[in-house]
Amino acid sequence: MGASVTVEGLCITAGAQTLVDSLSFSIKPGEVLALIGESGSGKTTTALALMGHARRGCRISAGRVRIGDTEVLSLVPAQQRALRGRTVAYIAQSAAASFNPSRTIMDQVIEPTRIHGTCTKSEAQAKAVELFRELALPEPELIGSRYPHQVSGGQLQRLMAAMALITDPELVILDEPTTALDVTTQIEVLRAFRRVVRDRRATAVYVSHDLAVVAQMADHILVLRDGQMRELNTTGRIISTPAHEYTQSLLAAARPEPRVSAKLATDPELLLDVRELGAGYGPVDLKGRPATPILEDINLQLYRGQAIGVIGESGSGKTTLARAIAGLIKPSHGYVLFNGRELKPSLAQRDKDDLRRIQIVFQMADTALNPSQTIARILARPLEFYKGMQGEPLRRRIDELLDLVKLPRAIAGRLPGGLSGGQKQRVNLARALAAEPDLILCDEVTSALDTVVGAAVLDLIAELRRELGVSYLFISHDLHTVRAVCDEIVVMQHGRKLAQVARADYERGPHHPYYELLARSVPELRCGWLDEVDARRAAPVAA
Amino acid sequence: MDTLPTTTTVPALAPMRRPALRSHLAGFGITGLIGLAVLTFWLLAALFGPVLLPQGRSAAGGGAVFAPISAMHWLGTDYLGRDMLARVIDGARYTVGVAFVATLLASGIGTTLALLAAASGRWIDATLSRGLDTLTAIPSKMFALIMVAGFGSSVAMLVATAAVIYVPGAYRIARSLAVNINALDYVTVARTRGEGTLYVMLREILPNIIGPMLADLGLRFVYIVLLLAGLSFLGLGIQPPAADWGSLVRENIGALADGGASVIAPALAIASLTIAVNLVIDNLPGRAARERGAR
Repeated sequence: MGASVTVEGLCITAGAQTLVDSLSFSIKPGEVLALIGESGSGKTTTALALMGHARRGCRISAGRVRIGDTEVLSLVPAQQRALRGRTVAYIAQSAAASFNPSRTIMDQVIEPTRIHGTCTKSEAQAKAVELFRELALPEPELIGSRYPHQVSGGQLQRLMAAMALITDPELVILDEPTTALDVTTQIEVLRAFRRVVRDRRATAVYVSHDLAVVAQMADHILVLRDGQMRELNTTGRIISTPAHEYTQSLLAAARPEPRVSAKLATDPELLLDVRELGAGYGPVDLKGRPATPILEDINLQLYRGQAIGVIGESGSGKTTLARAIAGLIKPSHGYVLFNGRELKPSLAQRDKDDLRRIQIVFQMADTALNPSQTIARILARPLEFYKGMQGEPLRRRIDELLDLVKLPRAIAGRLPGGLSGGQKQRVNLARALAAEPDLILCDEVTSALDTVVGAAVLDLIAELRRELGVSYLFISHDLHTVRAVCDEIVVMQHGRKLAQVARADYERGPHHPYYELLARSVPELRCGWLDEVDARRAAPVAA
Repeated sequence: MDTLPTTTTVPALAPMRRPALRSHLAGFGITGLIGLAVLTFWLLAALFGPVLLPQGRSAAGGGAVFAPISAMHWLGTDYLGRDMLARVIDGARYTVGVAFVATLLASGIGTTLALLAAASGRWIDATLSRGLDTLTAIPSKMFALIMVAGFGSSVAMLVATAAVIYVPGAYRIARSLAVNINALDYVTVARTRGEGTLYVMLREILPNIIGPMLADLGLRFVYIVLLLAGLSFLGLGIQPPAADWGSLVRENIGALADGGASVIAPALAIASLTIAVNLVIDNLPGRAARERGAR
């Protein structure tokens, strides 16, 4: 049974900057409160403050946090340590980074009981196995003896929940626990989390930027922006009648609508024709098959001005497909026709013009921009390299490109480190556009962005396509995103193309079962969606 | 002794540094400025010190042995009664010159080879890495002894030996940094753009490993000063009557029991130079700006 939580006038500062500004809320025992907002809105900072913890450089400057009868902020450090992991448990976003790779899972899961001395080792192990079973983990008796790298990401996330719950905490803090997971895995993890939280009637704080996920978990939602509370209401009210305009924009972004796309010419020109493409890693055997085949027998046609979405879970080979087309991986089988000519298999063999016509935009804008070059330098290079531009025309073109991706021109002198995630992704796009390509390969371009920022980038992509007539191969694991900008969807699994669905047929079935599974797994923005899915899943068994 | 590498390299460095200094001086923190002041002091001492000293003072032996600090001898006298201030300033040419040039050579060559290994294909990488690994297998002191025994001890010889000994270390560190950078998306983007190996090496990778490599350079400088001091101690380094700071410490070790200035002064000189180099490197303005993400 959970405790009640009361927060009054919580202020957190970093130097002169205020991160969280006099936040007050309370949670009744056994209820789930969601903290929602974009990155930098102070949601994780608030969640950590519930444990009396402030990250390096931050300070809890005012306010009270009460869990049950305990005043958390007035405890001395030793008492706070006794509180953490016992009364309050924390589940972090990336379980993979939070587990120690050199110790078995069981050792780590029961560690909180050893630290706080709540029960004997054998009791703790029995309890852990019970929790594994509750969290629907495979082989609950044996999974504890494995090491973190021997289980999947979704399982690891659930194991972390077991670690948090083993001391029967009164408050559980879940910090974006499913953000790093695939849709099909996310739904399993969500289901497990919801069950344990409900069964134990634990009080929980769920931090997320995804409204649709939160709608399945929370009783109340608190919308945060710039460290201030914008709205606090029950989940049903927030979703049906949002009062604050920021909540409305969050809701709009969570329901991506198809962007208007340009009419294709009546007799469109075939731009990209992928024939029986196979690719993989490792040494090639006598039959020309690589040791680790990733792609097999991919056929794909893309017409000029078209956008094709490629979806699949991680490991389905969608990124490898993009890399093979870009020339980063040599195909082991098949070939790629571009503009009617066969593309050479590797980068070194392709000429400058072929390279210019295909540009790739990567997922992580952080690693896609050289941190030691200014934005102007980054954008100038393709212009100099392909077109030999310099001086005044070069400067003008850089300004045009920045206008095109809707960035202020003043940004040109800055380094990438001084830009936000969304701005970096726009620079990333601008660099691809600088080459005036025919085809842009977008690899998960919005996955690392917040919903609202991601939606703005999607708008930009759709707009550029209308205005410049550039074609896209749009890779994503998120069906919503792909639906919003693409004319056709290619579904991939285990390196094979399973189905191709045209935009007109998105809503009309029947489709390939795997497509249906993916479509069903995307959380919908209404309360009780997860229950419906569960009911539907149970129904065929009963029938 | 007059045609030391010091006289040729240090002026070459100076014009490169000056404009950067003027515009970035504000970017150094207090500690950086202190380091810079000490470093400049020793560079100037190495360059102009011998000219400024009254003639004959350096060679003037025969005074009191291990004399304390006095108005006549600011740092006392050494074991032959020579003026210690003059000895330390003379020694600066060897220590700053030999160690500095050797460090620049070692780090420069190591980094260049590492960039080449990371940015080009598997075979160049394998050949370079195994070749330099072989060099690492030879104990450095032994290698220096063999070199000195084979070719005699001269300033150029010492620079070359110290540089060769420390290239593999610099190469290893630079390569491991460069390989990580090479795997990042922006390098992939540059490659898909069709950029050549040289561009990838110098524009995409180098600016992003330069910070750690400069820190490594500071450390390597200390090692080389120690190696040279060690060689001098064995009588294989700079040959008497010339002496670098390492040999000055060794020569005057007899004054240690009395806490004489003649042994403390060169020791302090080594300490102040190495600390100054590291302070300057740790406070280079570019680094802080990059961390802030603005220029």
